[in-house]
Amino acid sequence: MIAKALEKVNAMTAEKNPKKCPELAIGDIVRVSVKIKEGDKERIQVFAGDVIARDGKGITETFTVRRISFGVGVEKVFPFASPSIQSIEVTGHAKVRRAKLYYLRSRTGKAARLRAL
Amino acid sequence: MQGLIGKKIGMTQIWDDNGVAVPVTVVEVGPCPVVQVKTLEKDGYAAAQLGFEPQKAQRLSKAERVRFEKAGVETQKVLSEFAPDAADEVKAGDVLTASVFEGVAYVDVQATTKGRGFAGVVRRFRFAGGPHGHGGHSKRRPGGIAARDLPGWVEKGKKMPGHMGCVVRTTQNIRVAKLVAEENLILLHGAVPGPNGGIVRVTKALKKASK
Repeated sequence: MIAKALEKVNAMTAEKNPKKCPELAIGDIVRVSVKIKEGDKERIQVFAGDVIARDGKGITETFTVRRISFGVGVEKVFPFASPSIQSIEVTGHAKVRRAKLYYLRSRTGKAARLRAL
Repeated sequence: MQGLIGKKIGMTQIWDDNGVAVPVTVVEVGPCPVVQVKTLEKDGYAAAQLGFEPQKAQRLSKAERVRFEKAGVETQKVLSEFAPDAADEVKAGDVLTASVFEGVAYVDVQATTKGRGFAGVVRRFRFAGGPHGHGGHSKRRPGGIAARDLPGWVEKGKKMPGHMGCVVRTTQNIRVAKLVAEENLILLHGAVPGPNGGIVRVTKALKKASK
């Protein structure tokens, strides 16, 4: 009974904020378009990088995108169901053997790249 | 009515209009039948006794059962009294639903907290404890409890290890994130005392007016 009521709420949320691109895989190379509000203006910012992790399940599931920006590693965690995400575009897939690519954090330069298929 | 009896369902997350994720506790409030109405003239104070969660009649004693029969409502597991609003006109037999909270922005939630058993001072009173390194042998101990000669005894009420949790606590001014009146569900911003499945009392906030 308890779980049912929780599912109902989650279903309502999911209907309003459906998951975008739930088939996203670890090692995917993606471009995530995010709506950003500045004052009363809204613009789209693209964050491009590699998907290095998926976390959580159900309505709270997130994915982590890592990129090297001006020589500095930057990671962003996006909830799949976030209404601020306008689109997720998968531009490629790399060969990976792990579910979490955190080892990329300790690498620099050429070693920090993923090998695209 | 000032509030309803409910059941804590669990926590999840919703998105507000600005696209921000809001952590919410889902509470099922009502339906609560009015079992008895207490009046100023007869009882010295005004209140409505509400029931929550149907219970098989055979599981109640006759004394308990008859009060439901008198009111003409199904037998209930939980009973609790709530103060009526000024404009309320309830009578025994009425069934109140989550629509009581229509337009309410803040609520207070009262429930029995999770039992923690016999807990040490670090957990129970958030003492800092001693050093874990440098040969620390006093990792989670309380430390000194009093001076020696003066006053020569331990203060009354000194914080020490002991039983923690399983007491009634009220969290005030919890923001209502969303009301799903047709499902009798109320989504409250943040945490609520007690375990999932626990019985809670949800009342309109005492100290914070809903605009």
